[in-house]
Amino acid sequence: MSERFTRLWPEQASTYAAQVDWLVIGFTAMMVLFVVPVFVALWVFIWRYRRGRPANRDRRPQGNLSIEVAWIVLPFIGSLIVFGFSAWLFMNARTPPSDALEIQVTARQWMWKFQHPGGQREINTLHVPARRPVKLTMISEDAIHSLFLPALRIKQDVLPGRYTMLWFQAERSGSYEAFCAEYCGTDHAAMLARLVVLEPAHYQRWLENNGTQADLVEQGQVLYRQHGCGRCHDQGLAPSLAGIGQRTVTFTDGSQATADAAYLRESILLPNKRLVAGYAPTMPSYRNLLDEEALQRLLAYLQSLPASGTEDNP
Amino acid sequence: MSSPSYLDAQGLRSWFLTHDHKRIAVLYIITVTFFFFAGGLAASLIRIELVTPEGDLLTADGYNRAFTLHGVIMVWFFLIPSIPSVFGNFLVPIMIGARDMAFPRLNLLSWYLLLGGGLFTLLALLLGGVDTGWTFYTPLSTMFSNGHVVAVICGVFIAGFSSILTGINIIATVHTLRAPGMTWMRLPLFIWSMYATSVILVLATPVLAITLLLVAAEHLFNIGVFDPNLGGDPLLFQHLFWFYSHPAVYIMILPAMGVVSELITAAAHKRIFGYEFVAWSSVAIAIIGFLVWGHHMFVAGQSMYASLVFSLLSFLVAIPSAIKAYNWSATLYKSDLTLHAPFLFALTFIGLFIIGGVTGLFLALLAADLHAHDTYFVVAHFHYIMVGAAVAGYFGALHFWWPKITGRLYSALWGKITAVLIFCGFNLTFFPQFLLGYLGMPRRYHSYAPDLQFLNVMSSAGASILALAYVLPFFYLLASLRWGERAPMNPWEAAGLEWRVPSPPPAHNFQSPVTVDFEAYDYTEQARRDPL
Repeated sequence: MSERFTRLWPEQASTYAAQVDWLVIGFTAMMVLFVVPVFVALWVFIWRYRRGRPANRDRRPQGNLSIEVAWIVLPFIGSLIVFGFSAWLFMNARTPPSDALEIQVTARQWMWKFQHPGGQREINTLHVPARRPVKLTMISEDAIHSLFLPALRIKQDVLPGRYTMLWFQAERSGSYEAFCAEYCGTDHAAMLARLVVLEPAHYQRWLENNGTQADLVEQGQVLYRQHGCGRCHDQGLAPSLAGIGQRTVTFTDGSQATADAAYLRESILLPNKRLVAGYAPTMPSYRNLLDEEALQRLLAYLQSLPASGTEDNP
Repeated sequence: MSSPSYLDAQGLRSWFLTHDHKRIAVLYIITVTFFFFAGGLAASLIRIELVTPEGDLLTADGYNRAFTLHGVIMVWFFLIPSIPSVFGNFLVPIMIGARDMAFPRLNLLSWYLLLGGGLFTLLALLLGGVDTGWTFYTPLSTMFSNGHVVAVICGVFIAGFSSILTGINIIATVHTLRAPGMTWMRLPLFIWSMYATSVILVLATPVLAITLLLVAAEHLFNIGVFDPNLGGDPLLFQHLFWFYSHPAVYIMILPAMGVVSELITAAAHKRIFGYEFVAWSSVAIAIIGFLVWGHHMFVAGQSMYASLVFSLLSFLVAIPSAIKAYNWSATLYKSDLTLHAPFLFALTFIGLFIIGGVTGLFLALLAADLHAHDTYFVVAHFHYIMVGAAVAGYFGALHFWWPKITGRLYSALWGKITAVLIFCGFNLTFFPQFLLGYLGMPRRYHSYAPDLQFLNVMSSAGASILALAYVLPFFYLLASLRWGERAPMNPWEAAGLEWRVPSPPPAHNFQSPVTVDFEAYDYTEQARRDPL
């Protein structure tokens, strides 16, 4: 924090942030255009037609259809133009590029935990490289939280039991505020974090200095072995997991689903909710054995598995 | 003129067992005034805490309980019952030429339900309060809250029946008890807005009641509805809650809009500009208002395409509100305007409502909402609507119909001073919060960055002016009961049936059955203002 007396405009750390600011400024100008006439008319009429002041009060209008239509249609058309620009920005903010750096986020009362693909872990601070898209896959261990990055003009609620996504590309290196924006109980106001944007070379050095023995995929592989997943999945007793990240699975009732992170998480925690066609409901739930962070590691491993030649479930 | 007024009967029984809609309205005035001050006290705690960046006056839990209490009391025990239950009760029968509401006993029951619900909530407060926020978001409220969630939910649940019964009563009254000749297009605009409000009350409140019951069931018996660990869906709660709570905002603002239509025409001594547009815009708000709840969930994890649709619909719902604002301004054209206190409250309403409405469009704007959501920008926006505008409407109504309700005139000067103080104090309190929100200050934080202190101090300074302005009427209105001049039948020279019966009205409103052969807001013939 600086010793500034007061802030007047939030920092802009991305091109997107600047676009949002222009949207807000442009829409403010348009609204002033539609609202000022009302205030001016009010004051002029109050002055001109106050009781006792002589004024022409003949042929008082009861209403006027064309005026009504004009002040319905004009502001609406104006608003639609701004809506279009805003919708375009919003869809950008909700569609991450495929080459984004993926970081796993776990929120709980009242802290933020981050896992990098290289296996680095941080709490309440997130280091990211500048000028590279970063995609956060987020989940909560308890109540709903919300990751709010004001300098990037974005936020996304973090839900229990379901992955949500936030992506951004920071242009300027620096240290920025991050808040929990969804009220989450006693220490909600203390659930703060820092977003540290580093120049790519500095980021690389940071990764190396904080390097661990194994990256996220390798950590997931350890879990896979520890929990004995392969005893069934590698022996044909349960569906093969080769290439599972890119596959569609078919269930006993004939319905299908893409094996995305949400599905993989569900099939580990609630294996019998949707059963893959051709297999018996023999898998136990791992709900009490794996926490959300461990699940993220295991999923990283599963999604990294290459497709093999023999697919039993196309 | 010799018939006794409705206030003449003496004794507690004559009040607590009354079936007279006017006496029930007076019971409501006393009740909602009590809750208004209770909720206001919590608001004062919040603003005093936020004078300094550190959380020093209250603990984190204490602060969370203060804003929860503030929200719950203000929303369900002041804002929602304020205009519909007080002025809806007092005015609907008189304005349409009826002797009472369609179901007088039900009417009394709904007052007891509001009181009972309020006492339950008060009980929860004495036991230690709740810390979920008035929104009761799951799974926080069901699995992680250590407050008296179930007791508060009970209170709100009971009060909900008061809303439903009042809504049913007003709908039935407007449909069946209009005097001969009082066609729909001759109804005062206050009746149109009360009718639209009642439709929302009847359709939306049951959804809230069911949702709260499900929260209680999950909290008490671990029945999985909202908590994903029990197989539930936390977003389901938000969909159900906002399906009620967005229309609930219109429950608060539509009646105030109806009041303003009355105040503007009475000050202008002229028929409203575009009667049909103002009337039907109330109905349009009630209908479209049910289709925009998803704009509370742009960052909640709702589908992107759903968000696009809800954003567009939110722009649509702004149109009927804009129609009203434009028509009110146009009504003053070629008017014969008296600048009395109620008119100043109407102006305060229009000013604050326009700012609140326009900033609401910023939040409907998807990309802007991703930034402003859950910040002080939102807090400022909805206070402009639900407090600034709606309370200005309530106070305007109180000042306009006070002579009719009590038969006494209050100090006109103090009325005007209050209206101006409310406008200035309100803007000083809440305008800085738009800036705070855009700077990124999240709501429901009791500590914040030091360089946001200046704007927070401005806000708290404004709040002290606002508090003074909200307390003032309590004194001069009460004083008028003892020292005020006796009010004439029609102190504002206004049109409308209520101004053609004595102040205060006789127990059965009209000496003889009324027949209506004139339009609403007919200011052309003096003969129309004869006593009935």
